[in-house]
Parts: sequence; C-alpha cells; structure tokens
Amino acid sequence: MAEPLLDARDLVKNYGGVQALRGASFTAHEGEVVSLIGDNGAGKSTLVKCLSGVEQPDAGTIAFAGREVALPSPTSARALGIETVYQDLAVAPDLDPAANLFLGRELRRAGPLGWLGVLDKKEMRRRAAAAFHELGVSIQDVDVPIGALSGGQRQSVAVARSVVWAGRLVFMDEPTAALGVVQRERVLDVIRRVRDRGLAVVLISHNMPEVLAVSDRVEVLRLGRRVARFTAADTTVEELVGAMTGALSQEDA
Amino acid sequence: MTDVRGRSWRQRLFGANTLWIGLVLLALIAVFGAIRPDAVLTTFTLQTTLVETSVLLVLSVGMTYVIITAGIDLSVGSVLVFSGVTSAMAMNAVNDGNATGAGWGTVLFGLLVALLSGAAWGLLNGLLVAWTRIPPLIVTLGSFGAALGAGQLLSNGSNVSGVPEVLADGLGTGTWFGVPNLVLLAAAVTAVGALVLATTRFGRHTYAIGSNEEAARRAGIGVTGHLVRVYLLAGVLAGLAGFMALAYFRVASITGHDTDNLNAIAGVVLGGTSLFGGAGSVVGTVLGVFIPAVLRKGFVIVGVNVYWQPIAVAIVLVAAVWFDQSRRKARNQR
Repeated sequence: MAEPLLDARDLVKNYGGVQALRGASFTAHEGEVVSLIGDNGAGKSTLVKCLSGVEQPDAGTIAFAGREVALPSPTSARALGIETVYQDLAVAPDLDPAANLFLGRELRRAGPLGWLGVLDKKEMRRRAAAAFHELGVSIQDVDVPIGALSGGQRQSVAVARSVVWAGRLVFMDEPTAALGVVQRERVLDVIRRVRDRGLAVVLISHNMPEVLAVSDRVEVLRLGRRVARFTAADTTVEELVGAMTGALSQEDA
Repeated sequence: MTDVRGRSWRQRLFGANTLWIGLVLLALIAVFGAIRPDAVLTTFTLQTTLVETSVLLVLSVGMTYVIITAGIDLSVGSVLVFSGVTSAMAMNAVNDGNATGAGWGTVLFGLLVALLSGAAWGLLNGLLVAWTRIPPLIVTLGSFGAALGAGQLLSNGSNVSGVPEVLADGLGTGTWFGVPNLVLLAAAVTAVGALVLATTRFGRHTYAIGSNEEAARRAGIGVTGHLVRVYLLAGVLAGLAGFMALAYFRVASITGHDTDNLNAIAGVVLGGTSLFGGAGSVVGTVLGVFIPAVLRKGFVIVGVNVYWQPIAVAIVLVAAVWFDQSRRKARNQR
C-alpha cells in the first residue's frame, strides 16, 4: 500500500487524571474513506481534536504526507489542508450559505476597495453556487439566512465548507447524526464525491450500516487505543461491534 | 436538482424589517402632518428634529455594531459626559483656563482629547468583555457608573464652560446650504458606519460573531480582537458624540445623559437589530432612532402631553422585540 497521508502513532492525551488516549495510532490514505469507530469514551473525539490541532497530544508523533508535523492550532492544521466538520454544525445561522462557505476566508474586491476590506459578494456567491453544484448540494436560495434552511441543508453547507477548503483531508464528526434518511443519503453521496476527488475522508460515526456502506477501511478505538483495523468490504457489523466491545481484538493493530 | 438562485429585489424588500420600520416612520410623519400641516412639514421642524437627534444617532451607530455581536453597551451616555468634560477642560487648560476665544487649533486638540477619552473607555469595555468573558451587561454597567463618576470627579460635579466660540458657531449651530453642520457630521458617520457594516470583512465578522461565536472562532476569525475593536468603536463614537454635544450646548454638561444608553438601545432595536445578535443594520437604526424623535416632536406640536412619548415608544419597542423573537423561533423550529 502507498505511503499513508496521515500516520499518527502512539498518541497519549491526559485530562487531569483521566487518560483519554493511551497510545492511540491512526492511519488515513489519500482517496479513501476511513471510518473511526468506538464506544462512547473510547477517545474518538480526543483523537480527532489532536489530529486537527484543537488539542495537543502529551506524547506520540503525527506524520503528514511523510513528514513529521506539529499541530499547535486549528489554523496550522488548516494550512496543511486538513479541515473538520463538527458534530454541532458550526455555522452562523444568520448568514447566507455563501457567507458561511467563505466564513473567515472572505474574498475582497480587487483594487483600493479591497484594501479597505470591501467584500466581493458576487464572486463569493458565484463560487459558492459552483461548489454546491459540484458536490450535489441542493440549495434553493443562496441569499437566505442558513437558519431558515432544513437541518440537512444546513449540514450539507457545513460539509461543503470543509470540503471546499480541504486540500488533503477532512474529518467528519458524526455528520449525519441529526438527519433524516434522505438527507443522510445526500451527505453520504457528498462524502463519496469528496473521496473520488482524491481527498482522505475520516468519518466518525455510530451507525454501523452507514460505516460499512461508505467506508473503504475501518479503524476501531477502544479505551484510548487502536484495537482493530478492517477492510470494509470484508467485514460485518458483528465483527465491528465485537472489536468495539473488546470481544474481538487483533494482535497487530 | 441544483437550482441556485438569488431572491428578486421585491422578495428582499418585503422580507426586510427595514421596510416596515420605514413605513411606520412615514405613517407617523403623515399622521402628525395631517393634523398640523402648517407646523409639522416645515424646514424649521425638520432642522430642529434632525439636530436634536444627531448626537443620539452617532451613539446608536456604535451601539448597532455592539448589539449585532450579541453584546450591549450601557456606558455610552456616561462616556459621552466624560469625553465632553475632558475635552472642555483640556481646551481650557491650553488657553489659560478659558478657551472661549480660542482658535481652530484648540478645537482640533479638544476633538482629539474627546476621541481618545472615548477610546479609552471603549478599550476597557472591550478588553473586559473579550478577555474575561464577564457579560457585557455587567462590564458596561460598571463603566456606566465609573465613567460618569470620573467625569464628575474631574469637574467637581459641575458643568464645564469655556467652549470656543468658533466650535459652537461652526459645528454647533452652523449650517451648510441650510443643513446644520451637526447633522452633516452625524450623516457622514452614519454613512461610513453603514457601509463598513454592510460591505466589508469587518462588518461580516461582526455579524458572524453575533450569530455563532463558536463557529466564528472555528472558522479562524479572531473573535477576541474583533470584540475589542467593536467596543472600541462604540467608545470612540461616544467620544465624538460628547464633542458634538459640547459644540451644540456650549457647555460640557454632567446631567441629562442618564438615559442616552437606553435611548440608543431602543433606537437600534426598533430599527430591527436583534438583541440576540447576528442581524441588523445601520439603516434600520437611523429609522429606529427617528421614531421616538418624531413622536416627541409630533406630540409637542399637536399638543399631546409629551409624557405620553416614552409610553408610546415603550409599546413599539416591546412589540418590535416580540416580533423578532417569534420570527426567530419560527425559523429555528424547522
């Protein structure tokens, strides 16, 4: 197999007396969807925080594209092309989809007006429409506040935002948790399209059928450690659940 | 499937709060105008209403930014008083105790002192709100008392006179092609405030922070620094308002500004800016500030007891917030 895009080894993270990660490892390749699963408290969120620059691990190494890196802040992760879709929809409900897509990365007009900080709203709207189209996100109005959209559309915008800016890798923390069946399918479609563009997608989910439907590989975390790795096509929900609960473990994980 | 389009101008116009507030304002003027056409629709009434509202309008522009970040600034009236006092005293100090006959150099110095005084309080508010995360209501309630107290300490509790004649005659009561200079200054400040809020990155970030601070933070917006700048802006504008009041009244007055903060908040909220943050406009604020002003003027002219004015404003204000709240609730239920 080719060299992994992201290769984290033996990460340790303590919160006071609680060991959230006890030597956790994680691997992701370009052009694949890898699911990160585990029971509540297994350390999934902590691991993602460490890999997206939100938290710093106490020990362990993170290699990105073959180079060892430090991720002191979300900005530094972003600079490497790593984006995160958060579980709790980090969007501004009063702003329109285009404004949300460009939040923190607003385009400015060319020339003196741009130096004064004047935004190029037209260009942002145009690019946003193109990005939504490409990802198959259907938004009827690009200039209504995002709070007036349905939950699925809101989540699609949040996903689209990360994907548009992610050069290499996207973490998605339960992106379908609050969605209905049809909307969930839409988001999974978006995930597949992102993979087909050659990005690495890390999906965190509790929904095993969904994990098997969309992933290429699955890595299982238990008590702060990676306990198993599967190829999605060759495994079953029972095996995954067994690995999560400790009934099954792999020596070389 | 991917049908992305903008709304037509008609949908936008009728969807906007601003339109309805504008209509309320026009209706008020129409009603008063119909009752006393001879007294209401005159240049003099228009001029005095505009002049009397200029200072409040400048305060309200800053307040609009603060409220859009889901904050509040109770200190603006006291900062206005403080800045007026420091400015007047500084101008007197460089003119042997009485600046009445001083020239434009002194006036510019006084303006600078007023702006810096306002900036200092704004900076203090901003740092406390952004860094310590003390609720803005408490921070600015503190500076509301402290700024007034500091102004009274400096002036020994009395008004400061000795305002340069050139300032009072120029900015205070002067006109330019029939338009009072005070109004021109307020209009310029308002126009710049409106443009910055609606078209620039600074404005966009102001909305984003008020709409979802955590989302703004995660999107890489420097939330702490931005909040400091927003309160700083409100402070500087309060300083400017203090200087304008100084020019108009020819004295740095200690009293009479106790409820400026509430009037500014009422104007901003009437103008459709949401106390929950994330939504609002300076254009709306202009309309919102003039509704109480027109009510007051109208009541005086048509002979209604002027004490009805605060009651009328209160009713409109509560109705406006109720409307905003139910609209948000309806939206978030989807």
